[in-house]
Amino acid sequence: MAKKLEFNLGAVIHEPGSTKKNKTGGWRSMRPVLDKEKCIKCGQCWAYCPDMAVKKNRKGEFEIDYDYCKGCGICANECPVKAIKMELEKK
Amino acid sequence: MTEMVVEASMALALGAKLCRPKVCPMYPITPSTHIPEKISEFIFNGEMDTEMIHVESEHSAMAAMIGAAATGVRTYTATASQGLALMFELLPVMSGNRLPGVMSVANRTLSAPISIWNDHSDSISARDQGWIQLYAESTQEAIDTTIQLYKICENHAVLLPGMICIDGFTLSHVCERAVVPEQGEVDKFLPEYEPKVKLDTKKPVSIGPIAFPNSFMEFKKQQQDAMEKALPLIGKVHDEYAKKFGRKYGNGLLEKYRMEGAEYALTAMGTAAGTAKVAVDEMRREGTKVGLIKIRAYRPFPSMEIRRAAKNLKGLCVIDRHISLGYEGPVFTDIRSALYESGIKTSHFIAGLGGRDITAEKLKKAVNETIEGKDGGWLL
Repeated sequence: MAKKLEFNLGAVIHEPGSTKKNKTGGWRSMRPVLDKEKCIKCGQCWAYCPDMAVKKNRKGEFEIDYDYCKGCGICANECPVKAIKMELEKK
Repeated sequence: MTEMVVEASMALALGAKLCRPKVCPMYPITPSTHIPEKISEFIFNGEMDTEMIHVESEHSAMAAMIGAAATGVRTYTATASQGLALMFELLPVMSGNRLPGVMSVANRTLSAPISIWNDHSDSISARDQGWIQLYAESTQEAIDTTIQLYKICENHAVLLPGMICIDGFTLSHVCERAVVPEQGEVDKFLPEYEPKVKLDTKKPVSIGPIAFPNSFMEFKKQQQDAMEKALPLIGKVHDEYAKKFGRKYGNGLLEKYRMEGAEYALTAMGTAAGTAKVAVDEMRREGTKVGLIKIRAYRPFPSMEIRRAAKNLKGLCVIDRHISLGYEGPVFTDIRSALYESGIKTSHFIAGLGGRDITAEKLKKAVNETIEGKDGGWLL
């Protein structure tokens, strides 16, 4: 969530990129945890993530973006080597 | 200024034409059909520079109206009954996005049983969706209110859509004498619409995004604040119009008729107010001290004005042309709330559903029962 909320008339958004600013990871109750040792870098998690919350870094490794991941668990389900575990989100 | 005998539907089309809407998405439905017919005719004859969108349903008409209004142009449409019900999903979208625009409603009841005739169940059922609602009694008032309504809705302190409601058939299909203002005069009164925000490729914005629970209520409060600002503005715009065009309807919110020294009064909206004036005249001749409070603005609701107008009454007889099934007439609920702890006795009559005539005799009966201390009932 943006720190200071603005209430533009009719909820109109005047600046681009509001979807990026509006962090939605707080909706998550289950957290996917990726074991990089087990990961074979096949990219299935990246391809299946419905929220583009799996990112590929410069080294070709996959990382989960917890700012936007909603914990649906599709990545863990699709992973062919069971490198992703779903853990209860503790806050 | 042109004086003519004109059908109220055509008068609404004439009123809309004078306001120069740029886009009219319209879908005909009885008894509002003559309005899109006339608008089409004006366009065909080259008298009106408007994009008419022939949509496949009223739902699409309202969707197109929202889209067009979002581009920053003046919009107009008309509907009735089931057509308004089909638009329902989008009514709060137009108001929530703070897009002004005017819709004529030729009031017709809702099915079932199927009926094409008048009552207020269509527009009153859409009451809570953030649209200003003004009710007209005559053809002349229909024209004048249309022009006023654009000015109210487009005010930057308001920015809400509005409905001008006329009784289906009882007014929509009745020919009356009316004065049609000159285009030049209307242009001076109602300049071109200046949107506060619009869809513009040079300055992009997002209209209609999601609001999370941490912001939704603030947006609703803004709409309520806008409605509260619209209330005095309806009166102000009405007065300005009256000064310029020489016709007035009470204070724009209410019209008091023969309320001097009145002990009892009727309240009515739309054409029933005209009949009520006849009933009041007859009863005054017979020596009964009775008057009429005609409600012109239903949303926002002029509760303080009603309280002031009813101040010296012994009893107020409320005529509702709709019933909130399972409770009572909705206008009665609002009036009783406005008169809370005032000590004024109220009575409550359901009348004129599905085109049943509201006659002067029925209204006199209602007033007499109010004087006798009865609570009301159905004027069948």
